[in-house]
Amino acid sequence: MIDILIDVTLLAFLAITAIAILRIHNLFAVIMLFGIFSLLSAGVFVVLDAADVAFTEASVGAGISTVLMLGTLALTRGHHEKPPAHRPWLPLVVVLVTGAALVYGTVDIPGFGDPATPAQQHVAPRYLEQGQAETGVPNIVTAVLASYRGYDTLGEVTVIFTAGIGVLLLLGRRRRDKASKDEQP
Amino acid sequence: MQFILDHYNYWIVIFLMMVGFYTVISRGNLIKKIAGLNMFQTSVFLLYISIGNVSGGTTPIIAEGFRAYSNPLPHVLILTAIVVGVATTALGLALVVRIREAYGSIEEEEIHKQDESF
Amino acid sequence: MKHDLILRVLAKLLIPVIVLFALYVQFHGDYGPGGGFQAGVIFSVAFIFYALVFGLDSAERVIPAGVLRVLASLGVLIYAGVGVITLFKGGNFLDYDVLSQNPVAGQHLGILVIELGVGITVSAVMLIIFFTFAGRGRD
Repeated sequence: MIDILIDVTLLAFLAITAIAILRIHNLFAVIMLFGIFSLLSAGVFVVLDAADVAFTEASVGAGISTVLMLGTLALTRGHHEKPPAHRPWLPLVVVLVTGAALVYGTVDIPGFGDPATPAQQHVAPRYLEQGQAETGVPNIVTAVLASYRGYDTLGEVTVIFTAGIGVLLLLGRRRRDKASKDEQP
Repeated sequence: MQFILDHYNYWIVIFLMMVGFYTVISRGNLIKKIAGLNMFQTSVFLLYISIGNVSGGTTPIIAEGFRAYSNPLPHVLILTAIVVGVATTALGLALVVRIREAYGSIEEEEIHKQDESF
Repeated sequence: MKHDLILRVLAKLLIPVIVLFALYVQFHGDYGPGGGFQAGVIFSVAFIFYALVFGLDSAERVIPAGVLRVLASLGVLIYAGVGVITLFKGGNFLDYDVLSQNPVAGQHLGILVIELGVGITVSAVMLIIFFTFAGRGRD
């Protein structure tokens, strides 16, 4: 019961933070709120029994993302967003219609936490029953990540590596020019 | 009441998703757009983890005395997605920095105006 | 921030603890929550903290940009290399059973090594991204 109470409260906080991010025009405040948003969602992940995910979200979302956004803010020097000139009615209609369609879709979704849903029936029981015996690793998330879906994770690591190269290509050039200028005289 | 509790998580997920979507399509500031995109992304993470949750279950680390565990598969997918998400966000922010250097602004309207004047 | 005594002393106290915690998360990921992705991020946070308190230049002296680029590639190479080794040992790509006489021990070894590769790449790439963003503002 206490689980559900914490879950409901944290999710309500998340919704409030999201509204605040949308409405505030000071970009510094937006980025700070975004850090709070990430930390709150990490809290939700803990309540939903996803310790590994919460761990990642807390260190990545609340830590690195916020630092990077602050770095970008410092580089772009625009601390205030220009408020929209007119009320954006068309986006509002699009969002409301999409949201209504999605809410209509949830009516048929099996209840939250129901152990008999199709999602719990297929591969997960196999991992949970055989995982430790086959890999010798009690943390099934690690076992699936590194062994059963190792090929997948190799792809993810390559994506991260490529993103690093991309950032270097986009932003890393000027410093080399400066270095070569320093060497010339 | 039970119906609301059963679907509360999904409704909040949809709400966050739509707020993020609205931020992306209605705001002109590029940093704010990226914040909205990240919000959208986090809502998808929440959707997956909510689906993987089993009431009465625990974290999927096998230990004595526990029988029910939440579904480890969404955890794996989302764990990697979070780290990949920050890497792609960094790429997007790098693009924002370059746009600001080229146009002197990160407001979409001003960038469009400069493009048209060429 | 360079002359803030409290921050400097705290940083010196905290950074070893952060690095130690990162190593714990990395190698204890088999038994508790954690693994290469989280450990890599925490490890890079220690260096980012150092750079924020002591300045970018001294941080780049501790871990030069060239080293970071090598490390980022090394992690992916370790990961893919394990796959190639399993191919040579007669298994499928990334099928760790063949790494040792006992399939379970092989699996455990394989998971440990590829998590290490993941950790190295993630921490190096996070640091590369941070240093490029921060270095851009310097000039």
